[in-house]
Amino acid sequence: MDYISNTAAEKNKMLKEIGIKEIKDLFQMIPEAVSADDELNIESGISEMELMRKAQAQAAKNKSLDQQISFLGAGAYDHYVPGIIDALISRSEFYTAYTPYQAELSQGTLEAIYEYQSMICDLTGMGIANASMLDGGSAAAEAVTMAARITRNSRVILPDTINPAYREVIKTYGAGVDLDFVDLETEDQFIDPTQLKENLDDQTAVVVLQYPNFYGSIEKMEEISKMVKNNKKTLLLVIANPVLLGVLKAPADFGADIVVGEAQNLGSGLNYGGPYLGFMACKDDRRMLRQLPGRIVGKTTDVDGKEGFVLTLQTREQHIRREKATSNICTNEALNALMATIYLSTMGKAGLKEVGEQSYHKAHYLADKLDQLAGYQVLNKENFFNEFVLKTEKDSTELIKELLADDIIAGYDLKEAGSEGILVCVTEKRSKAEMDKLVEKLEVL
Amino acid sequence: MSVKEDLYYSEDHEWVREEEDYLVIGVTDFAQEELGDIVFVELPEVDEEFDKDDSFGVLESVKAVSDTFIPVSGRVIKVNEDLLDNPELINDDPYGEGWLIKVDPADDSELDELLSAEEYAEFIEEE
Amino acid sequence: MEEKLIKDYSSPGRRGYSLPPLEVGKSDINENLAGYLREEIELPEVSEVDVVRHYTALSEMNYGVDSGIYPLGSCTMKYNPKRNERVARISGLSNIHPYQPIEQLQGSLEILYQLKLDLAEISAMDEITLQPASGAHGEFTSLLIVKKYFEDREENRTKVIVPDSAHGTNPASAAMAGFDVVEIASNERGMVDLDALAEALDENTAALMLTNPNTLGIFEEDILKITEMVHEVGGLVYYDGANMNAIMGYAKPGLMDFDLMHFNLHKTFSTPHGGGGPGSGPVGVKDFLAPYLPKPVLKKDQEKYFWDYQRPKSIGKVHSFYGNYGVMLRAWAYIKTVGGKGLKETTENAVLNANYLKARLKKDFELPYAEESLHEFVLSGSRQKEEGASTLNIAKRLLDYDQYAPTIYFPLVVKEAMMIEPTETENIGTLDHFVETMLTISREIKEDPELVINAPHTTTVRKLDETAAARNPDLHW
Repeated sequence: MDYISNTAAEKNKMLKEIGIKEIKDLFQMIPEAVSADDELNIESGISEMELMRKAQAQAAKNKSLDQQISFLGAGAYDHYVPGIIDALISRSEFYTAYTPYQAELSQGTLEAIYEYQSMICDLTGMGIANASMLDGGSAAAEAVTMAARITRNSRVILPDTINPAYREVIKTYGAGVDLDFVDLETEDQFIDPTQLKENLDDQTAVVVLQYPNFYGSIEKMEEISKMVKNNKKTLLLVIANPVLLGVLKAPADFGADIVVGEAQNLGSGLNYGGPYLGFMACKDDRRMLRQLPGRIVGKTTDVDGKEGFVLTLQTREQHIRREKATSNICTNEALNALMATIYLSTMGKAGLKEVGEQSYHKAHYLADKLDQLAGYQVLNKENFFNEFVLKTEKDSTELIKELLADDIIAGYDLKEAGSEGILVCVTEKRSKAEMDKLVEKLEVL
Repeated sequence: MSVKEDLYYSEDHEWVREEEDYLVIGVTDFAQEELGDIVFVELPEVDEEFDKDDSFGVLESVKAVSDTFIPVSGRVIKVNEDLLDNPELINDDPYGEGWLIKVDPADDSELDELLSAEEYAEFIEEE
Repeated sequence: MEEKLIKDYSSPGRRGYSLPPLEVGKSDINENLAGYLREEIELPEVSEVDVVRHYTALSEMNYGVDSGIYPLGSCTMKYNPKRNERVARISGLSNIHPYQPIEQLQGSLEILYQLKLDLAEISAMDEITLQPASGAHGEFTSLLIVKKYFEDREENRTKVIVPDSAHGTNPASAAMAGFDVVEIASNERGMVDLDALAEALDENTAALMLTNPNTLGIFEEDILKITEMVHEVGGLVYYDGANMNAIMGYAKPGLMDFDLMHFNLHKTFSTPHGGGGPGSGPVGVKDFLAPYLPKPVLKKDQEKYFWDYQRPKSIGKVHSFYGNYGVMLRAWAYIKTVGGKGLKETTENAVLNANYLKARLKKDFELPYAEESLHEFVLSGSRQKEEGASTLNIAKRLLDYDQYAPTIYFPLVVKEAMMIEPTETENIGTLDHFVETMLTISREIKEDPELVINAPHTTTVRKLDETAAARNPDLHW
C-alpha cells in the first residue's frame, strides 16, 4: 500500500508535461556516491489486515493497565479520559490540520487554543498562557531559561523535591546556556525554608517549586514565596499538577511568576509517556510576555469588525527572530491542548473538583490502611494530596516485584530516584476493592 | 515619504536633531514605512552608553524585527516612554512624537560624518 | 466570531460528566489542607451535548489535509492513513504507564526497536534516539550532542554555520545550545556558496547545519565537498531531516557524510499534525557520537529489550519520558504498510508531483532559481506584486477557493516567496485544480486586483487585524 493514486497513464502525462522520459531522470543530480543504489532493506508493505494482526500480536506481548491494578504516578497519571475526547479530536479538520498559519481557514484550531489559554489562566490564576509546550519536563526547562533571560542571572535553585526526570531535563537545557544549579537537598522530602534562605542571593534567577512536590506533599508555599519575593530580582517558578487545581489554590495566589506543568492528566491518557502536554503561564507583564516561548493566540477583529483569532506576538518566535528567538519551539502539542480543553469543558467546575476530591479521599483512605500495617509507614501523613511515600521494612524493589504476580503495580520504586520507599498514587479510577486488595496482599508479604 | 530638513541622517535610517545640550534620535519616515505598523518598541535604559553604530533598541512590526543603530556615540539621558504603550507614534509622527532617545554625545564631530537631508533623500532613492 | 466561546454556553449547575460514587469515607480535607484550598474556579458548566456541538462547530471552521490539498512547503502535509490510528488506539499498546517494568512492555519496545532499525537503514546512521518530541527538539538535542562531543575532546568550538536559506529553527536551536550563529549566503544557483563556506570555516567551527535538498527544493550537488570541507577543520555536519521526503530510498544522509541528523516522523512518516503537534523528531548519529545521545537508549540483549541508563557521556534528558510514543506507533505502522519499496515510490511521486506543478506554474509565476528541484519548489510573486497584489494576497485568495496556501515569505532569500510542496498523496486531479486556481488568481490580479487584495471573502472571518492583536493582546477570556 503506497497511498499514491496516480495511475501509470497519469504519471506518463505528468512526465511529458515536465519534459522528461522517466521518473529516475528527476534524481539525476544526486551524485552516485551518496545514492542508495540497492533497495532499502525494509520488508515489503503489508495490508491493513496483516498490520492489525501484527500490532495485536505486539500488544499481546505487553501487559497493559487493563490487565492489572496500578498505583503508578510519578509524573504520568491514570485519570479517567471521557469518551467524548477521542470522538471530537478525531474530527479530521482538527486532526489533520497544520499549525494555523492561514488564520481565516483555521478559526477552529485558533478559537480552541484561545479557550485552552483561558482555562490554563483560570486554573493557575496567571494572566498569560501560551499554546503548549512539548511536555512537562521541557516546559519546566524552558521556564527556567526564560527566568534567566528576564533576570539576567544564571543561578537556579532546584530542590530535590522536584520530579527527578524534570530536574534532569532542566539541567540538560541549562547546560546549553551555562546556568548554575544549586541542588537543594532536603530531609523528609520537604523543603526547609531556612535552608532555602541561606541559598538565596542576588545572583539567583529563579527558585523552582513543585506543587504538590514529587513525593505528593505540599510545600510551605506561602513561607517560601515570601522569602523569594524578599529577594527582589528572583522569580518563583511553580511546577503544578493541573488536575488538582480544581481543589488546590492557584499558584498565582502564592505569588508564582511562572507556572508550568504536565497536563497529560487532562484527557491525554498514558501512552507510555507521550504525546503529553506541557503547559506554561506567566504573569500579565509585558516584559515577561516578551520572553515567553511558544505560540500564542490572540483575539482581534476582521475588516468587517467580526471577532476572530490569530497567532500573535510572533516576533518572539524562531521563524522571525531566528537565533534571537525566545525558543526554537515550532511543532508543539496542539492536539493534546485540544484534548485538555475538551476535558476541562466536559468536567467543568464541578467535575474537576470532584476528580480532585475523590483522588484525595481515596489516597488518604489507602494511606491510613497501609500505615496501620506492621512493617509499613506512610511519610508526611497529613500534608499530601493523592500521592504518598510508603516506607517499607522489606526491600521495596522485592515487594513491588512480588505484587506483580498478583496483578498489582504497587507504585514507583523510589530507589530509581535515589531515594527510599514506594511512591503510591491513587486517582479517582481506583476502586475500594482494588485498594483493599493491595492492603491485603501487603499484609501477608 | 518625507525627509525633514535640518536633521542629520544615517544609512541605517536614523535621524539626529541637534538641541542645545543633547541630541534627539529617531527613525526616518522611510524606515517606519518599510517596517509597517509598529507594535512594539524596546528602548535602552537611561545612562546606558553606546558607541557609534551600536544597536540600542528594537522595533517590531507584526512579522518583522529591526534593530536600531545609534548614529553617534554617547550616553542615553532620556527615552521616549510614551512609545511603550503607543508604538504607533513612530508610524504617525516619526520626526516628532515618535522620537526614540535623547543622548549626551561623546564626540560632536561624529555628526559631520552623517548624511544631510539631501544626501539621505538621494540615498533612499537608490535603495 | 462565528461560534461563541464554550464558556458562553455555561448554565450554573449544568454538568457534562459522571463519576462513580466515592465508596470510601471522607478524610478531613479542610483541616489537612487548610490554607491550600481554592475557593472558586471559573470553568464552563455545560452538558456533553453542548461540548460536542461546540467543538464540532469549531472543526467546521478548520481545514485539514483530509479536506484537500495542503501545499505548505517544508511541512510535508501528506495524507495520514487511518489504519495507523487504529494501531495507536489498541489498548494493549496505548494504556501503558512509562514506569511499568520493561518485562511487561516487550511488545511496545520491540516496535520501537524496529522503528529505530528502519530509520537507521533509511538514513545510513548507526544509532537512533526516539526521545525528541519535534523536529526543532531533535535539532536542539543534536546540537547538545555536538557541544558535549567537543567538551569531551576538550576543544572549545563556539560557532555553528547555517545557510541563509535554513529553517528558522536551525539558528534558534543553535543559540539555545549556546553556540554563536554564523549565517552564510547562498550562491546564484540557490546552493551553498563554497567560497562563503570556506571563509566561515575555521578551528572554532563546531558544526554546519544543512538541509538537503535545501528549502528551495534544490539538491546540494557538492554535498561531499561540503561535508569534507567541514570535516577538514574538525567540525561536524548536521542534517536537518525536514526534507527527507525528497530523497528517501534515493540518497542517505549517512552516505553524504553527515555525522548526525533528525527525522520528522510527522512529516516524512505521515503522522497527523493535529493543528500544530504532536510531532516526533528522532535523532540519528554515527557511532562515534552514540555515547552522547540522551538517556535512556533502547537496547536489546539475548533475552529482552531494555532501556540503557548507563550512559556516562550522555547529554542528559530532553523529555520527561521516552518521547512521543503514540506518534512512533503510527510511523511504525506506516513503514510496515508502505514497505521499503513503497518508501522509494513515495519519494518518486512526491518529486514527480512537485515537478509537475512547477512545470505548469512557471510560465505565469516567476521561478527565481532555474535549478532542478526535488519535492518542493519556490516561486516568487514579484511579477504579481508589480501588478498590485502581493504573495500574501494570493495566499488569502486561495482560501476563497477552498484550498490551503503554500508556505509564504520563506525562504528569506526569495522575495515574495511561495514555497510549494504537494507531497505524493495528491493526484493529478487535485494538482490540476490547484494550478487552475493559481492561474485564475493570476488573471484576477490583472483584471480586478482589488478582488485579490481584499481576499479572503468567503471564509468564516475575513482579513484579521494582526496589528491590533499585537498592540493590545487579548489572550484569554
